[in-house]
Amino acid sequence: MIGFQTLLKKEILRFWKVSFQTVAAPILNAVLYLLIFSHVLDRHITVYGEIAYTSFLVPGLVMMSVLQNAFANSSSSLIQSKITGNMVFMLLPPLSYREFYVAYVAAAVARGLLVGVGVWLAALPFVHLPVQEPLWALAFAVLGGVVLGSFGVIAGIWADKFDQLAAFQNFIVMPLTMLSGVFYSIHSLPEFWQGVSHFNPFFFMIDGFRYGFFGQSDVSPWISLAVAAVSGLVLAGVTLTMLARGYKLRG
Amino acid sequence: MSQPAVRVIDVVKRYGALTALDGVRLEVAQGEFFGLLGPNGAGKTTLISALAGLVRPDGGRLEVMGHDVVGDYRQARRNLGVVPQELVFDPFFTVREMLRIQSGYFGLRNNDAWIDEILASLDLTAKADANMRALSGGMKRRVLVAQALVHRPPVIVLDEPTAGVDVALRQGLWQFIRKLNRDGHTIILTTHYLEEAETLCGRLAMLKAGRIVALDTTEDLLRRFASHSLRVRVVGGADLAALGGHPGSGGWWEFAFDRYVEVEAILAKIREAGVDMADMEIGASDLEQVFLQLMQAA
Repeated sequence: MIGFQTLLKKEILRFWKVSFQTVAAPILNAVLYLLIFSHVLDRHITVYGEIAYTSFLVPGLVMMSVLQNAFANSSSSLIQSKITGNMVFMLLPPLSYREFYVAYVAAAVARGLLVGVGVWLAALPFVHLPVQEPLWALAFAVLGGVVLGSFGVIAGIWADKFDQLAAFQNFIVMPLTMLSGVFYSIHSLPEFWQGVSHFNPFFFMIDGFRYGFFGQSDVSPWISLAVAAVSGLVLAGVTLTMLARGYKLRG
Repeated sequence: MSQPAVRVIDVVKRYGALTALDGVRLEVAQGEFFGLLGPNGAGKTTLISALAGLVRPDGGRLEVMGHDVVGDYRQARRNLGVVPQELVFDPFFTVREMLRIQSGYFGLRNNDAWIDEILASLDLTAKADANMRALSGGMKRRVLVAQALVHRPPVIVLDEPTAGVDVALRQGLWQFIRKLNRDGHTIILTTHYLEEAETLCGRLAMLKAGRIVALDTTEDLLRRFASHSLRVRVVGGADLAALGGHPGSGGWWEFAFDRYVEVEAILAKIREAGVDMADMEIGASDLEQVFLQLMQAA
């Protein structure tokens, strides 16, 4: 247990020591989105009848930050350790692959939540934002962090170069986030694109998270929860199998 | 008879068409100072990696202090400290943080008394709170040694610990490792410096293309493979072939012998033949000769 706790602590310290880059920068990023989009769109759009666009936007930005930072944390930590060679420090001790997995994912969730809370707090002065179902919001934030943290472990282990990792980030994570309804309700989309959105697990995570704030969402939060949970289980299964076999870590 | 510190049983490791380890079998007793020699690509690092669980063998098995490195990996790894060949470090942490983290990985809390002791022994106390990035290569090497020792492993493996290390530091490092050995630690060492192996290791294995081509005490290897030689340079181009000499260039002749008392008889024969000597030297057997012989044969 001490081994696991140490690895978790090390992973948290790793991002905390450079928190300007790993926490403050993504918060600023999200706040910039908020300022620009709310300035452009707030007077023109309302969602679910009476919700101001800026209020609608904030939970989306919070969840987007949770997801992106959870992914960034586990994936960049692993690839840095692989490329600098200090991975060996984690491979020589008597840590099980399960401890390894849980520590990396938990640290990813921690960074995701920290940035998410930061974005939320930074947005509060600008918007009126209720939190009607906080447990739903928390459940989706944690689950989303687990999904993307696991995906980050897969990407970090698979990638041999920063370049390949950036491809994951730019060609999978980024488009899935942008097209997930962070910036719009999918009911505003043509029917075809609404249908396409239903194949994007990010859509369910963000929609479910938003339900925690407004008590309203595009689909039932239970369906979103199921999609997020199944995504999490599948990715956890894949990651644990890779780790158990020592894929790319133990030759 | 206590159980061996390390047992390697018919270990095979392949990378595609390349067989890195081809049925390696050896045992290292507790308290030994054991050397693993061989040219680049012979399989030394692969063998060490298999022992450390960094590489999974395709056949055979390995044990550390009786614990299977796969089936009982937790115990096996607790008993093993590895100093890797590459100069790796984590740029996020200071020396002390790194050693605390490494202790934690091995399940140890409050290990500071021992960490201070290791730091002092390795002359790193002044650098305890320096970031890893700020250290010189030699210091990083010593931190790697310290990291391998945080959990007081009975078996310590050093993979080319003195590669690229200056002479003074190398001496200091060997003194420290000898002390660890005297304190009862089993030491397994790979090195390219054969004099180092000759002076430090009690027993040696030589690897070539994934196989052990020699496994014996250093003393016996030297005795078995290397004969001594007496070389003389004669005045006036005399021919010493009739006396058992082998001609070399520049008027040099070489006589092989096994024991030093034989030198007297060789010199007597030369004197009786009325040959005048301008120069003379005795070549002692060394590990380099043994190594070259073994690597050229087989």
